[in-house]
Amino acid sequence: MTRSPGAIYIELPGQSADARDGRGDASQADAGPLSASAELPASADRERRALNGHGREGGVKIEVRHLDFYYGATRALKDINLTLQDRSITAFIGPSGCGKSTLLRVLNRMYALYPGHRATGEVLLDGESILSPAIDVAALRFRVGMVFQKPTPFPMSVFDNVAFGVRLAQRISRRELADRVEAALRDAALWEEVKDKLSQDGRSLSGGQQQRLCIARTVAVQPEVLLFDEPTAALDPISTLRIEETLQSLRERYCIAIVTHNLQQAARVSSVTAFMYLGELIEVGPTEQMFTTPKDRRTDDYVTGRFG
Amino acid sequence: MSRRTVRKLTNVVALGLSTVATAIGVVFLAAILWTLFKDGLAGFSRSLFTGMTPPPGSVGGGLLNAIYGSVVMTVLGTLIGAPVGMLAGTYLAEYGRNTRLAMVIRFINDVLLSAPSIIVGLFVYELVVVPMGHFSAISGAIALAIIAMPVVVRTTEDMLNLVPQGMKDASTALGAYPWRTITSIAYPAARSGMVTGLLLAVARISGESAPMIFTALNNQFWSTDLRAPMANLPMVIFQFALSPYGNWQQLAWSAALLITLTILLLSIIARVAVSRFSPGARKR
Repeated sequence: MTRSPGAIYIELPGQSADARDGRGDASQADAGPLSASAELPASADRERRALNGHGREGGVKIEVRHLDFYYGATRALKDINLTLQDRSITAFIGPSGCGKSTLLRVLNRMYALYPGHRATGEVLLDGESILSPAIDVAALRFRVGMVFQKPTPFPMSVFDNVAFGVRLAQRISRRELADRVEAALRDAALWEEVKDKLSQDGRSLSGGQQQRLCIARTVAVQPEVLLFDEPTAALDPISTLRIEETLQSLRERYCIAIVTHNLQQAARVSSVTAFMYLGELIEVGPTEQMFTTPKDRRTDDYVTGRFG
Repeated sequence: MSRRTVRKLTNVVALGLSTVATAIGVVFLAAILWTLFKDGLAGFSRSLFTGMTPPPGSVGGGLLNAIYGSVVMTVLGTLIGAPVGMLAGTYLAEYGRNTRLAMVIRFINDVLLSAPSIIVGLFVYELVVVPMGHFSAISGAIALAIIAMPVVVRTTEDMLNLVPQGMKDASTALGAYPWRTITSIAYPAARSGMVTGLLLAVARISGESAPMIFTALNNQFWSTDLRAPMANLPMVIFQFALSPYGNWQQLAWSAALLITLTILLLSIIARVAVSRFSPGARKR
């Protein structure tokens, strides 16, 4: 791949604004980098062990091999090879349109909803191929949950919102269901705020609360993998902080993948970072290394805000 | 004149024209309602709701048989037409969204939506009345169902399309199959719009007289037999308003007012019910 820097700007005119946002965040982070610097070395260290296969982070949860993805005739993902570790957070960064969200949507077969979308290659969840047409997509989605960019509370009560997926997945007693809903709301750090209004319409909550409701709804099904597609892009900084805290507590139990445009967020929450560009996976490695000493020049340019 | 003045002026002119157009519409509506209430209310008495349509040349009489007939046939027509319309609208909006079949159905439905109701009456006449050998209430209900159907198809599809795709995707991502997403997520989210559409259909068919000429016809007497001709308010209005008898003309006015008031009442009930059962819907 040989491209002049000029060509990059012509191809991705929308990126300059993102870059400015990125730098803005960077200066904020400089003012108070405590959490990031305190968090990073430890997690990166843990992750290094995990990558070597010795950590307690549980081994490979998802393995992607030679994955190509097509929107009609357009090739949106090019030969992606990647593994996601259990009990860790992998962040996907890269400019808009680079295929991050597309990759995420392959992992729970959401792309199958749309005609003309096609994936080739192999994606293994615990060694089982999920791209096979024979697989039950509903059962797959019970195991691989997803939280979207825009909060999408269902037109029903807070309780029913969280119970929705549980009721789909299994028959459990009313008592158990109530326990499950409470546990999920606690996981999403929302319980204290909504415990007195469980019967209120989910849409009456604030934006940040709605997003945590969506997280609770996904967690309640007790999946094995959690996919987050820019979960804080539509939220204010305080709501973002709360969701990042939630992510930190969820990492203990899940294999988590998060797509984000906020580089500081990737640095704060993830143990592994993957950089994607124009449908290719350019580089993947421990987050600390990706942000300090990346191997690829394009990664370096992106994380330092020189393009993208 | 500077460009800003021109733009300002354009705005004022556009606003003025819109206001005038609205005023013209409201004036005519008010005039119709005024006449309806003035002439219709005069005939409101107890006998209006207890007596049968009177024979020519008699005194008094009421609309009981016609009210009953209208209610029965409108309800039956809605019961037949609405489920079919809702399911077809669901197919167009959810299952078959981009298919060629859906495009064809959508087009035909739009044609049916604007088809003159008298043609629907003729169609049912050939289909039901001729084989039966006589006019009947059930054929009237079928004609009304056919008129209601395209209205419901259209509003159901439009309202389901307004439900954010993200909401449906979220349900799918939780492991729901399409039918569950539609019934548990899309229908509740689109409820107020769908109820309004259903109501529009009821309002539309409750005042139809043209298809009745070929199907239910009319009946001067009390009848609950669905296989026999049945009285109905639109036909009473049609026949009695054109008659030379004073009491018949008065009954026609009262019947017209009655239909109007019923639709008004239905609209109010639906609005209240919808807003009461979905508190979040008001925010949007």
